[in-house]
Amino acid sequence: MVTINVNKFKCGYCGACVGVCPVGALELVETWIEVNETCTSCGICAKICPVGAIEVKK
Amino acid sequence: MKSEYDVIIIGAGPAGSIAAKTAAQKGLSVLMIEKRQEIGDPVRCAEGVSKIWLRKHIEPDHRWICADVKGSRIYAPDGTMIEMAEEIAGGEVGYVLERKIFDRALAYESAKAGAEVMVKTRATDLIMENGFVKGVKVMHLGETYDIKAKIVIGADGVESKVGRWAGIDTSIKPVDIETCAQYLMSGTGIDQNYCYFYIGNEVAPAGYVWIFPKGNDLANVGIGILGSKSGEKKAIYYLDEFVKKNYPNARILEMDVGGVPVCGSIEKTIVNGLMLIGDAARQSDPITGGGIINAMEAGKIAGEVAYNAISKGDVSTRALKEYEDKWRTTIGYDIDNSLIVKNTFTSFTDKEINSLAHSLEGVNFSSMSLLDLLYALFKANKKLLWDLRGLFKNVVKYELDFER
Ligand SMILES: Cc1cc2nc3c(=O)[nH]c(=O)nc-3n(C[C@H](O)[C@H](O)[C@H](O)COP(=O)(O)OP(=O)(O)OC[C@H]3O[C@@H](n4cnc5c(N)ncnc54)[C@H](O)[C@@H]3O)c2cc1C
Ligand code: SF4
Ligand code: SF4
Repeated sequence: MVTINVNKFKCGYCGACVGVCPVGALELVETWIEVNETCTSCGICAKICPVGAIEVKK
Repeated sequence: MKSEYDVIIIGAGPAGSIAAKTAAQKGLSVLMIEKRQEIGDPVRCAEGVSKIWLRKHIEPDHRWICADVKGSRIYAPDGTMIEMAEEIAGGEVGYVLERKIFDRALAYESAKAGAEVMVKTRATDLIMENGFVKGVKVMHLGETYDIKAKIVIGADGVESKVGRWAGIDTSIKPVDIETCAQYLMSGTGIDQNYCYFYIGNEVAPAGYVWIFPKGNDLANVGIGILGSKSGEKKAIYYLDEFVKKNYPNARILEMDVGGVPVCGSIEKTIVNGLMLIGDAARQSDPITGGGIINAMEAGKIAGEVAYNAISKGDVSTRALKEYEDKWRTTIGYDIDNSLIVKNTFTSFTDKEINSLAHSLEGVNFSSMSLLDLLYALFKANKKLLWDLRGLFKNVVKYELDFER
C-alpha cells in the first residue's frame, strides 16, 4: 500500500503537514496524525515537517 | 450543548475567541468548539505581538505578558547589526505573551460575553443543505453529534479543514509555508529589552532565527525556514546548529513546532453560510509570520458581519461579502504588500543581505519612520527599488499602514 509513516515519538502535533497535504489525506486527532487512503505518496508532508517525523513509503 | 445555534465557531485560537466574543456581545447564540483538551496548548508560536494592536482587543494583563520590549536587533549574515526602536520595528515587537494563558484568557472573554465553549470537541465535517452550510458534525469524547447553525466560522488554524469541506482549496504549497521549531531556553544571557532576529540563507534559508525575551532569564529561541528549502535538513536541524553554536550552555525547557502560512491573501474566504478567519484564511503576515493580530482583527469583523447577516435573514455569500470586503481593505492590504517584500527578500543572496545591512549601518532608527528606512535602503540599493516597484504602486494606491 502507498502511504506514509508518522513517527509518533518525534511528532510535535503541530498540524503543518495537515495544512500542506494537497489531497487532504491527513488529520490531526488529539495528539496523533491519521492518514487516509487518498494519500498519493507525493512526499510534501515529509518535506515540510519541522522535525522530520514523516517517512513516505513508496 | 444545544442542537442549534446562530453561530458555530470551529477553533478556539485568537481568531475564534474574538469572533465568539463579538457575536455573543451582539446577542447571538454562539458555540465555540475546540478539539484540544487545553486551549492554547501546545503552543505553536514565538509569542510576539504589537502593543497598540493588541490593546484594541483586550486589556493587557500581567498574567499573560512575559516581556515588554523596547526594540529589535537584526543581524545580517556577516554579523552587521541594525537596531530598531519599537515604534518602527513592525508587528513582532511589543509584548511577548504567554500564549497558553493568553489564548485561555481570550476564550474566557468569549464565555463571559455569553458564548458556549466546548473543549475536546472536534469538527469532522460540515452539514450542507441546498448549497448552504447549515451546521457542523462534531465528535465529543468519542460520540458524534450534528449541531445546526445559521453561520459557521472556520477558525481552525494552519491545519484548517473547514474551508476544504466547503469547497475552498486552502492547501498550502511548500513555497508558501514557513516550517518552524522553537525552544524555550533558560540561560541565553540576552538583554530582555530586545527581540533578536538573525537572517541569511546559512542560518535560516528564506526565513529567520528569532530570540524573544520571556522574562527572568528565559527566551524563545526559534527558527522558520521556507518549506521549499526544507529537505534533508529540517527546521529543527538548523535550530540545533544555531543553539549549539551560540548558546551551548543554555537549558531547553520546552519544545514547540509549527507551520505558518506565508502565501498572502487567498482567493476566497466565504461561501453560503460560512466564513474563514485567521490562519484558516491564511491571513498571517508573509514577511514576519505574525498572525495573532490579523486573526483577532478578522475574528472581530466576522463576528460583526455574522450579526448583520443573521439580522437581515440573509447568510448567502452576497451578505457575507461584507466580511470579505472589510478584511481585504484592512489587513488584506498589509498582507499583499508584505507578500511583495517577502518575494523580493527571499531571492536575496547572503552577500546582498550584507550589503543592504551595510547601507543602514549608523543610521539613527529611533527617529525614523519605516518609509524613511525604506528610503535609506533604496538610496543605497537601486536594484531593490526596482524589485519592490509593486510595493510602491500599492503605497500610492492604499497608503501603507506599517503599524501592525
Ligand atoms: C513557530 C511559530 C511562531 C509564531 N510566532 C508568531 C509571533 O511571534 N507573533 C504572531 O503574531 N504570530 C506568530 N505565529 C503565528 C500565530 O501563531 C498564528 O497566526 C495564530 O495562532 C493564528 O490564530 P488562529 O486563531 O487563526 O489559529 P490557531 O491559534 O492555530 O487556533 C486554531 C485552533 O483550532 C483548533 N482546531 C483545528 N481544527 C479543529 C477542528 N476540526 N475542530 C475543533 N478545533 C479545531 C486547533 O486545535 C487550534 O486550537 C507563529 C506561528 C508559529 C507556528
Ligand atoms: S508536521 Fe510533523 S510534527 Fe507537525 S503534526 Fe505533522 S508529523 Fe507531527
Ligand atoms: S504524501 Fe502527499 S498525499 Fe500523502 S499525506 Fe503526505 S502530503 Fe498528503
